[in-house]
Amino acid sequence: MIRRLVLAADDRLGSSHFLKAALRKAFPDHWSFMLGEIALYCFIFLILSGTFLGFFFDASGAHVRYQGSYEALHGAEVSAAYASVIRLSLETRTGLLIRQAHHWAALIFVAAIAVHMCRVFFTGAFRRPREINWVVGLTLLLLALGAGFTGYSLPDDLLSGTGLRIAYSVLLSVPFVGGYLAFMFFGGNFPAAQTSSRLFITHILFLPALLAAAMTIHLAIIWRQKHSQFRGPGRTEHNVVGSPLWPNYALKSIGLMFAVFAVMIGLGAFFEINPIWSYGPYYPANVSSPAQPDWYIGWLEGALRLGPNWELHVFNHTVPSPFWAGVLVPLFFFSLLYLWPFIERRITHDGDAHQLLDHPSDVPARTAVGAAVLSFAIILTFAGADDVMAKLFSIPLERLVAIFQVLVLVLPAVVGLLAFEIAREVRARRQALRNAESRIIYARTEAGGFAQRPEPEADK
Amino acid sequence: MKLFAIAVTFSISLIASVFFMIAYALNLSTQLQGLGLFVALGALGAGIVLWALYALPQRQTVNAIEDYPSDESDRAGAEETLNRGTGELERRSFIMRFFFGAIGALGLAALFPFRSLAPRFGRGLYHTKWTSGSRLVREDGTPVKVAELAVGSVVTVFPDGAAGDESSQTLLLRVPPGTIQATKGRADWAPRGYVAFSKVCTHAGCPVGLYRASSFELLCPCHQSVFDVVNEARPISGPASRALPQLPLAIDSEGYLRAQNDFSEPIGPGFWQRS
Ligand code: FES
Repeated sequence: MIRRLVLAADDRLGSSHFLKAALRKAFPDHWSFMLGEIALYCFIFLILSGTFLGFFFDASGAHVRYQGSYEALHGAEVSAAYASVIRLSLETRTGLLIRQAHHWAALIFVAAIAVHMCRVFFTGAFRRPREINWVVGLTLLLLALGAGFTGYSLPDDLLSGTGLRIAYSVLLSVPFVGGYLAFMFFGGNFPAAQTSSRLFITHILFLPALLAAAMTIHLAIIWRQKHSQFRGPGRTEHNVVGSPLWPNYALKSIGLMFAVFAVMIGLGAFFEINPIWSYGPYYPANVSSPAQPDWYIGWLEGALRLGPNWELHVFNHTVPSPFWAGVLVPLFFFSLLYLWPFIERRITHDGDAHQLLDHPSDVPARTAVGAAVLSFAIILTFAGADDVMAKLFSIPLERLVAIFQVLVLVLPAVVGLLAFEIAREVRARRQALRNAESRIIYARTEAGGFAQRPEPEADK
Repeated sequence: MKLFAIAVTFSISLIASVFFMIAYALNLSTQLQGLGLFVALGALGAGIVLWALYALPQRQTVNAIEDYPSDESDRAGAEETLNRGTGELERRSFIMRFFFGAIGALGLAALFPFRSLAPRFGRGLYHTKWTSGSRLVREDGTPVKVAELAVGSVVTVFPDGAAGDESSQTLLLRVPPGTIQATKGRADWAPRGYVAFSKVCTHAGCPVGLYRASSFELLCPCHQSVFDVVNEARPISGPASRALPQLPLAIDSEGYLRAQNDFSEPIGPGFWQRS
């Protein structure tokens, strides 16, 4: 049966040459190579579960009187979008399960991409020839953030409505074009009647289409360039060693896919997420406090909380305060990430193609930069929950904000220096170990026995 | 033994799928339905991985990296072909110019429909629904009478006929008479200790929802900007840099609170066109 198919395809496409090579393609076996796969399977799960949800969602901001099964909201005036999500959650079989699993999958999707990028960064996998895929991958992260935020905002509940209001104001703060940007995206002055349908089309068509396209490019480039690999016996700059695609790797990867799906469903079944009926519908004059966004928006929220209160008035124009923290900080952050492979090449003058990965300790300076940037984002994320922490530790909020403002500037430098020193230390030890190993060489003596012989330092 | 374990794992998945179908049909709880699907997927995944690890010969394969860069002759050939073609195009350079002119114009034209996505700014960005003489009403539409609010309390109000309007939301507070430090021009804006400020935070537009009556401070829950009620709602701390615009109030002959006028400046977060 399979044989007939293969032959039939080859008769028409001449595909056997490709197939032979493809089936023998090597996939390195290292746990960290699964992170990207997890992101891929999250995306597939998101498409599948999201399609199901789309059949029930009503992307309309029109006001309706809630008549459904949730007693506490009876008679309340809510948007059709909000009512449809509650109906989906509380009156549709498996609706809640799939909605919660979808939300969890979105959180894990972004997390998997972020951790995957850390792996790529700290092992230097972004170096030539893979800079292009670093750029594509970073674009995927941005698209994932956009997809996550628009999806989070769809149900038109109080929590997400507040987030949307802030996003609108941040867009509005951009000099020259902010007003046009905000109106273009939201369809008018917030809250505009068009906002729901625009979010919907962005969330279910525009961003997923771009994600799918960019992901296809990402995978095609990986396929063409083949995987990088960690150092090891038999591994060189000119080969790649690993499990063959068929059947070993394919089987493992499909197994991983089902395991990822299982985790999503398990989380969706047992861990409540985003219970919008208890948040209540969005009503512009209300706000829930404390309000925390999904984790991947936390650093932007934190940046806004720590941001300076500078409002610039120049020539009868205003540059409002959210611009610095809400626009410039992420712009700088992502520009640095986009440019990093090229910056590093400038510094190291290393334009060679690399197939072997670095150990994070091999290049202490890079590891230091990565650790500093990471600590910056993490500090901001914590600052995004400063009101919760103030309550928890009973510190006055103003003092906590001041502490965070210092930390966000100082800590990245400290963490960077620390990472640099640790990496150097680790590198020295690994070097010593390797030298010790390579020096103990036993050679056959003339008498027929074995004796240890010191050798000159082996290649690294 | 290992093969047996793999078979058992797949059987568990099968049973769980059946369990899920039954749970769905009987409309059991989300947790039970989810449990069925979770085990079905999880056991299937585990079984496949076990199969790959223990029931397949473990082999490694080595691929040489030879696909790129191409060898010199191919590179040179590609470059030459490209150059020849480009040269043929460039020989008719005046046609090229017209071609790029047409393409450019079409590209520009294609941008125009995007302008439709953004409606005109209109009044919305600069004005609210408050007008001269608007009666202050609560969220449910009931008007506010002068005797109804205790000192130290706060209520969200809207102009009559626009209850719930985002940009018109206003905080009406009553403070002990004499605590307000009114500056010139605002002396008669706060009759009998009633004072009203836009509820839209000047930082990023959240409703300024919390009031500490003891210190006359309004707190925005989004990024914790604090505004000083008795000092024209100027920001004391946090990322907001502008005071909440004040709504000039008056009390009519029947004792209803009314607005003297709209806010004298655009409310809410700043934007480029704002002077
Ligand atoms: S919106 Fe009020 S402090 Fe940011």
